Amino acid sequence: MSLESALESVDQAEEEVVRFATEAGFGEEDLQKVGMAVRECMVNAVLHGNQYDPEKRAGVRVEVDERGGLVITITDEGAGFELNEVPDPLAQENLLRHSGRGIFLIRAFMDNLQVRRRAPRGTEVRMVKYRTEETDQPS
Amino acid sequence: MSIKASTRQVDDVTVVDLSGRITLGEGSTVLRDTVRELLGRGQKKILLNLGDVTYIDSSGIGELVSGFTTVANQGGQLKLLNLTKKVHDLLQITKLYTVFEVHNEEASAIRSFS
Repeated sequence: MSLESALESVDQAEEEVVRFATEAGFGEEDLQKVGMAVRECMVNAVLHGNQYDPEKRAGVRVEVDERGGLVITITDEGAGFELNEVPDPLAQENLLRHSGRGIFLIRAFMDNLQVRRRAPRGTEVRMVKYRTEETDQPS
Repeated sequence: MSIKASTRQVDDVTVVDLSGRITLGEGSTVLRDTVRELLGRGQKKILLNLGDVTYIDSSGIGELVSGFTTVANQGGQLKLLNLTKKVHDLLQITKLYTVFEVHNEEASAIRSFS
């Protein structure tokens, strides 16, 4: 889906991806993590990437791969960023910063994260979530 | 549902009861404005009751941190009450759980303010 660079698109993307993941059989705990990762990634795309520019779009694609993993790809048309240049929010000097935790949370909630630059401009973020085995605890 | 915030006074501590989602946009703005308004009125002992907060994202976490540092810089204290498991886990993985003073019981939280 192609979405406007607006805050409402963050909610829309989260809802659509969580609906898809629900239908694909992902459990509640995984759905929460996926929803939050999509939210953080979309905020990066529409706010930091596209900077709410109405001429720019955010793209969202979701599919299940051959291993059963949920593959989510989010694109923007912004200036882009280098994953290894994102400051570590857990470093003592960054702990009380207002922002800078989005990528960290995506990494914490998803099983795989890849970021690449798009030509002629923009960023593509690809993240994968595999099912967590949810076992029933004996009562 | 976005966030709702209501304040009440218990002794010299202002308790802010928050419910809903603290996310980028209205949620984080309401939290920021509430803390600023309290500081503007000279209320520097603030207890944020997060018991009915259903969701918080990195912007919401950032707003909690900003509130904490802003209040501290003005010589006050901002503490947290009744974290849900989701919020607790988020503060754990972001290493903020040890930054904030967190309470599970309101009366003892009120007493903890110096």
